[in-house]
Amino acid sequence: MSTTINSFNGDQQQSSSSPDVGDLEKHYIDAKAFILSATTKDGINLYDHLAHCISQLLTDQPREATDLVEDISKTIKSETTPTQHDTLRDRPAPDSEHCLAAEQKPLFEKVDHNEELDDEALQSPLPHILEQAYYFEQAGIGLGKDESYRIWLALKQLADKGQIDKLRFWGKIFGTQKNYFIAEAEQNVDDETDENELHEEAHISDDNRHPNEEEMDGEEDMLPKSNYKPPPVVPKEERGTGVNKYTYYVCNHPGGVWVKLPIVTPAQISQARLIKHYFTGDLNKEITSYPAYSGTERNYLRAQIARISATSSVSPAGKFKFSEEEEETEDEGARESYQENEDFKGATLSELLDEELNGWVHHVQYILPQGRTKWWNPGENVDKEEEENEEEEEMKAETEEIEPEQGPPLLTPIGADAEIQTTKAWTARISSHLIPQYACAFVRSNLWPGSYAFARGAVWENIYVGFGHKYATSDYGPELPPLPANEYSDGPEIGEAEDPSPEEEAKARAAEEQAADEGEEEEAEEEIDNEDDDN
Amino acid sequence: MGIEAKDFSLDLDLLAYSGIVFSPEQRAALQTSLVILKEQYKFKTIHLWGKILGITEDYYIIQGRQKDELKDRQFLYSLDCINWNMLTPPGDEAKELTPQCQGRFTGDPSHDFDVTKYTVSNEDTEEENIEEYKSQLREEERLAATLWKIEQDAIIIPRGSYVLQPNGNVERNRTFEGLTVTESGKLSNYFHFREPITLQQKSLIHRATLDKSLHFLDTIDEDVPKGWSVQYERGSGLVQIRSLKWPGMAFFHIPETNRYGSLYCGVGEENKDLPFML
Repeated sequence: MSTTINSFNGDQQQSSSSPDVGDLEKHYIDAKAFILSATTKDGINLYDHLAHCISQLLTDQPREATDLVEDISKTIKSETTPTQHDTLRDRPAPDSEHCLAAEQKPLFEKVDHNEELDDEALQSPLPHILEQAYYFEQAGIGLGKDESYRIWLALKQLADKGQIDKLRFWGKIFGTQKNYFIAEAEQNVDDETDENELHEEAHISDDNRHPNEEEMDGEEDMLPKSNYKPPPVVPKEERGTGVNKYTYYVCNHPGGVWVKLPIVTPAQISQARLIKHYFTGDLNKEITSYPAYSGTERNYLRAQIARISATSSVSPAGKFKFSEEEEETEDEGARESYQENEDFKGATLSELLDEELNGWVHHVQYILPQGRTKWWNPGENVDKEEEENEEEEEMKAETEEIEPEQGPPLLTPIGADAEIQTTKAWTARISSHLIPQYACAFVRSNLWPGSYAFARGAVWENIYVGFGHKYATSDYGPELPPLPANEYSDGPEIGEAEDPSPEEEAKARAAEEQAADEGEEEEAEEEIDNEDDDN
Repeated sequence: MGIEAKDFSLDLDLLAYSGIVFSPEQRAALQTSLVILKEQYKFKTIHLWGKILGITEDYYIIQGRQKDELKDRQFLYSLDCINWNMLTPPGDEAKELTPQCQGRFTGDPSHDFDVTKYTVSNEDTEEENIEEYKSQLREEERLAATLWKIEQDAIIIPRGSYVLQPNGNVERNRTFEGLTVTESGKLSNYFHFREPITLQQKSLIHRATLDKSLHFLDTIDEDVPKGWSVQYERGSGLVQIRSLKWPGMAFFHIPETNRYGSLYCGVGEENKDLPFML
C-alpha cells in the first residue's frame, strides 16, 4: 500500500509546482474519503475490501500473486456478501459414500474359522481374481486393483453360500444409471428350478390359453377366423445345457445383493439380435424398442451375456479336449462336452500369437440363428400334431425340407471365425515387447469390443468390460413395421347408394301412387298372402 | 480434456472404473514421454488424451496446450508410447469424409480407406437423384478428423474449472475447489470444452445473467439426444461420466476437490445409433 501512495504523491509533486505538505495531506484525505465512501448496496466497503485483500495476500504470500489478485478479490467478496437464504433449500443428500461403505464393510469381516485351514476351505471354487487382474492390466483392460479386490470379496460371499461347483468373474457391463457386475457359476443340474421361472412358465401358458377361451364364448355372429398359425415356439434349453449351461449372478456394485438371472429362451436371443438398447442398470426395467422385446432388462441382459459368451469365450488350444467316450459317439452330431486336458502344460507365446490365430479355441457352443446351440427340428413337432389335424399334409412336406442349422463345432480355432467385412474377428498381441520373456499373450475381440482373453503358461481367463453391444460396420436401423394390409376390394355389396334428389323422390312417389291405384285389389290379396306366410 | 502429466498415475487409476487401463510398461513409457515432449515442443501443459484401438496397432494420443487452453491445442500420436509424431489439424475434406468412412482403424497411418460419398440433389422432388463419388482417405487424416470430432462432442470440464481471462485466454482456474456432491450429479454443471456453439444462439437477456468469466461455454445438458451417463462410484466419492455418443470416453471428478480428467479408449467410431438406444 505504501508504494502506491508514494507514487501517487510523486505524481502530485510533478503536477503541482509547489510541493506543499498540507496540499498533499489534503489529496490523501480526499482519496481516502472517496475509498471509504464507496460502498455497494450490499454494504461492502471498498476500503475494507482492499484492506482485506491485501492482508490476505500478505498472510498467504502466494507465488503468482499478480495473477491471483482477481480471484482473491472475488472469493473475499463472495464470502463477505451475506448469502441469500432461499426458502427452498437443498436438503443435504444422505451421504451415499457412507451408505456404501457401511454396505461393503461386511465383506471385510473375517469369518471365524473354527477348523484350521482344511482341505475344504482350500478347495473353494473361488478364482484368483487379483492374479487375473494383474494379467488383464498387462493386456490393457480391467477394473483397477481396488475394485478387483472388492469384486473378489463379493465373489467369495457368493461362493460361501455353497451350491456352486465353479465360479468366475464374467465381466462388467456399463449401464446408463448403474453398472452390472456379472459372475458366472456352474451349478449342479439337479438344482430345483427357481420360483421365478415357474411363474414365468405359468404366465406364458396363460397367455396361450386366453385366445382359445375367447373363441369359445364368442357371440353367435361369428367373426371370420384367421387362418394364420404362429410358427412353433422353439423350446428352450434346460438349465445346465446349451446356452443355459452356466448360471449368471449380477449385482450393481460389489457388496450388493447377487441376483440370479433367469434362464434364457431362444426367442429372447433372436429378439436381442434385432434390437440395440443401452442397459440402464435396473433389472426390472421394461425395454422400449421395436420390435418389442418380450421381457424386462433382466432377460435382455441374460441374452446379451449368452451372445457374448458364445462368441468370445476362448481358451488356449490344448487346454480342453473331448472325452474319449464322446469321441466314440461322434456321429451323433456336434459334441457338447469336453474335459480339461490334464497333460496341458501351457501354450507357448509363439503359438498364442500365431498370425492365423490357431492358438486359441472357442470353448462355448455357437448359438444357431434359432437361438439354441443344438438344432431343434420344427418338423418333429408337427408330426405329433399331425395326428390331431390331418389336413395339414402340405405343411408337413414343407417342414421336412428345412435344413438343419449348423454352426462351427466346439473347440474350433478362432482363426476360422467369420470376418467383419475385411477385418479379422480377433486381434492377438503380446503385452510387452521390451521384456517378452515375462509377457503374456492376449486376444481382443473385434466383434464384441471390450471382450479380452489372456494366457500365460497354464493361466488364462476371459473378461468383458463394455456396454454389451456388438460391433457393426453399418448403422443400425430398427426393423420396419410390416406393410399395411390390402384394402378390401370395393364391390357393389358394400357400395353406398346415392340419396335420391327431391325430383326423383317425387317421381317415385307418383309412380307408387299410380301403382297403388292400379293394384289396390291385388294388394289386398297379397296382404292376405303375407299374413298366411307369417303364420 | 485428458489427464495432466502431473497427476498422471493417480488419475489413471480412477478411470479404471470405466475399464480404461494402461499396462505398467505403457504407464512408465508415457510418463517419460510426457516430460520429454513438454520440453521439446514448449507446451504450457501436456495431457494424456487416450488411445484408439486399431486392428494391428493402437494409437496413443497426447495433447499439448499453449497459453490459451481452448484454442491452442496440438495432438501427437504414437504406436509404441515412445516415438511421437505431430498430427496436423484435419482439413475440411477429411472432416467431411470421416463420418462416412467404414471399418476400424488398422494401426498403419499410411493406410488408405475407400470412402463412398453420396450427395442428394433436389431432395423430396421427382428429380431427386443421388450422386456417388469415391475418394480415398488416409488413416492419419482420419485420425486427426476423428480426434477433432471427439473434442467437439465429448470433451467436458466441470463448471468453474476454467476461466476466461480478461485478455481472452482460457486458463485453468487456480481457485477451483470442485463441485459439491449434488452439483456434480447434474449435467448442467459440465461444459463442452470447445468453442461455444449454442451459447451464441441464446437470447441476450439470458446471456447477460451469466457470469462471463465462468459461463462462457455450452453446457452438456442441452445436447440432443442426451448422450451422457452420470454415475457415482464409491458411493458419492467419485463421479464418472461416460459418453454414450462416443463409447469409450470417460470423465471423472472427485467432488469438492479440483481433481478431474477424462480419457478416451475406444475404437474411434461414433455411435450413430444412439437415438434408438435410449
